[in-house]
Amino acid sequence: MSASQVIFYIIAAIIIGGGILAVTSRKIFRAAVFLLFSLLGIAALYFYLNYEFIAAVQIVVYVGGIVVLIIFSIFLTHASGDEMKKPVLWRSFFAGLAAVFATALTYLYITEHNFVANSAASVSPSVRNIGLQMLSTTEHGYILPFEVVSMLLLAALIGCIVIAIKIKTKE
Amino acid sequence: MNEIGLTQILFVSTALFFIGVYGFLTRKNMITMLMSIELLLNSVNINFIAFNKFLYADKLDGLFFTVFIITIAAAEAAVAIAIIIHLYRKLKSIDVDDTDIMKF
Repeated sequence: MSASQVIFYIIAAIIIGGGILAVTSRKIFRAAVFLLFSLLGIAALYFYLNYEFIAAVQIVVYVGGIVVLIIFSIFLTHASGDEMKKPVLWRSFFAGLAAVFATALTYLYITEHNFVANSAASVSPSVRNIGLQMLSTTEHGYILPFEVVSMLLLAALIGCIVIAIKIKTKE
Repeated sequence: MNEIGLTQILFVSTALFFIGVYGFLTRKNMITMLMSIELLLNSVNINFIAFNKFLYADKLDGLFFTVFIITIAAAEAAVAIAIIIHLYRKLKSIDVDDTDIMKF
């Protein structure tokens, strides 16, 4: 086994182990921390595949943004340290059964399917190429989704403020 | 053991997706359900990046899809947490079983 394979299996173990612990841990704060490890493992997988820009975005947005937001909302809504209720036994049993069988079935199809790689010359996923294509107005440019997603972010920002605002009621 | 290829990475993303499905089905707490949704979205991102790397190395489209999915996931998480905090103020609970005020 080469060093590259060893690194890949360590990353995969971190991703899957962190994911399993994040959905089974009874303490909600620990679940958030295990989710953090899983997301960091995914960023490591992007580094492993030489997609540095996506790895950086993953760390900035997920680890620096979403997980911190989740941890803040846990502090606002829970007394820290108390355990959540155990899930109903038959529900977790059937959900686990469904998950295991679906994973096995999908993996069977993945191994059976013959993926055909495109043999054209590869383009490097550097920040320069990404930026040029994302803001290009030609045929393969992504300027329209870029603008649409900026409108979506503005709408989400205003929506969050409107939903979470505290309305003072007159006594 | 053969070289790390598409199959191994797809197995990781498949396992992560169904771990997220398991969490979504068993959890009753809204914040943990939101965490399961994050796992689902991340497994889809791994798929896009792996296909872009191994099958369509001459294009960057999978990478752009990943960037937009991450953006929309961030917006979705922020709105969901605003709703959860508002519900907590109203009901003093974020359990999905207690959240039935929109029922007739």
